[in-house]
Amino acid sequence: MVGLLVVAAVLAVLPLLLILGTLIVKGAGSINPDFFTRMPVPPGDTGGGVAHAIVGTLMIVGTACLIGLPIGIGAGIFAAEWPASRIGIATRFIADVLNGTPSIVVGVFAWTWIVAKQGHFSGMAGSAALAVLMVPMVMRTTEEMIKLVPHSLREAALALGYPRWRTSLQVVVRTCLPGIVTGALLAVARIAGETAPLLFTALGSQYMSTNIQQPMAALPLVVFTYATGPYPEWHRLAWATALVLIFVVLVLSIAARLATRSRFDAPR
Amino acid sequence: MLPAEGVRPRVRTEGLTAFYGTLAAVKNASLSFAPNQVHALIGPSGCGKSTFLRSINRMHEETPGAHAEGLVALDGADVYAPRVSLRRLRRQIGMVFQKPTPFPTMSIYDNVAAGLRLDRGRSRAEMDRTVEEALTVAALWEEVKDRLHASAIALSGGQQQRLCIARTIAPAPEVILLDEPTASLDPQGTQRIEELLFRLKERYTIIIVTHNMQQAARVSDTTSFFYLGEVVETGATRQIFTSPREQRTEAYVTGRFG
Repeated sequence: MVGLLVVAAVLAVLPLLLILGTLIVKGAGSINPDFFTRMPVPPGDTGGGVAHAIVGTLMIVGTACLIGLPIGIGAGIFAAEWPASRIGIATRFIADVLNGTPSIVVGVFAWTWIVAKQGHFSGMAGSAALAVLMVPMVMRTTEEMIKLVPHSLREAALALGYPRWRTSLQVVVRTCLPGIVTGALLAVARIAGETAPLLFTALGSQYMSTNIQQPMAALPLVVFTYATGPYPEWHRLAWATALVLIFVVLVLSIAARLATRSRFDAPR
Repeated sequence: MLPAEGVRPRVRTEGLTAFYGTLAAVKNASLSFAPNQVHALIGPSGCGKSTFLRSINRMHEETPGAHAEGLVALDGADVYAPRVSLRRLRRQIGMVFQKPTPFPTMSIYDNVAAGLRLDRGRSRAEMDRTVEEALTVAALWEEVKDRLHASAIALSGGQQQRLCIARTIAPAPEVILLDEPTASLDPQGTQRIEELLFRLKERYTIIIVTHNMQQAARVSDTTSFFYLGEVVETGATRQIFTSPREQRTEAYVTGRFG
């Protein structure tokens, strides 16, 4: 029986190891300073990099965080503090539905409401779509983390004369802040690799664009375009980009791990 | 309860009834608590003694669906009057809970200062002095003075509870409510808290809920016996434990039920 469980455990991590292995074999050779700092070269030439997509991903994901994190964390605090309120119950239900919604649906939605209305693709529309994906994830983890804080701590603060909002922010949220940060980082890792919503919104671009109101390149879009393109040089860049994406997700996950340590845990 | 003639009670309740939804957990309780004494509330689990205690500083109403009726007066002023500030009330009536509840993100110093930080304009030196004094009164200063900025959760259970007492007395309350403060402590920790109560009553009015009858007999000046939400009997602790007037009190203090 234990043998079967071991087999299951190995099978569970095997795909990840295969993916990592393949990416390193095919992509690591192309990771050099040029890859991060240069623009793509025309088909036929060799060399070049994906600087435009790195900038694009940073801007799109950064803007998505600016929109999504405050809303998600705020809604999570609300749902945890007023769990039985009508708004709390409704928000929780909608967040659960939204959590299960395929990201391509969110992309189409963003296309309908932003791209079609504005008449052009834009990085901003991509940020909005990613923010919509992010909010329910962040909200639910925030709520769960707050619920883990013992009720006795809340009572202790109230008994000291703390008003309710101060109890909530300075004692309860502060106590579970590492958990909330972890949830936020995992959500960032999750949306950083999303491709489908960006296809309908940011669209992708061959050029360096720092105007978020214009179509923008992004790392997942580069993988999508280059991997399906006809040129070997593109395939090479696609492998390297995929490796970078995985690496970003890995770094964010490790950061999430580190964030769960409180400042008092360090010496022990 | 019968405070000595001429002594004005610090806390007085009149017909206090406390509800959870429609269920009355405390029924028509009228008690007075004289200053600078330790008052014990005893009785079996679920008899309403904790609810009664929590009604005094209005923590009871923080439970969803709970409310209280009747009078609770602090120095003659109704604490349930419409304009009463909960923040001021709870600074006048401090509370210590069954489980030690240090704030885990805060250092020892910050825990004691937590209540003081609610008002602005205290100088650093003044804050340091108040924190030291509170820790000294709580008999914890000697043990923690070299690690004031270390985590509060690294302390032992008994130390944590004394820290919570320091946190409660730092804002200078008049009354301290203790809800089974030694229930989660070992005998040594319990003893230190009990010794502390003797010193605390020189400054404060103390009302303590306890499950432990020996503890009530050891630490308190007056005792009230609660049963099924009602105050059955109240009087000097010695009288309650040696010559109770009510049969139910006698049955409880002699260990026949509860």
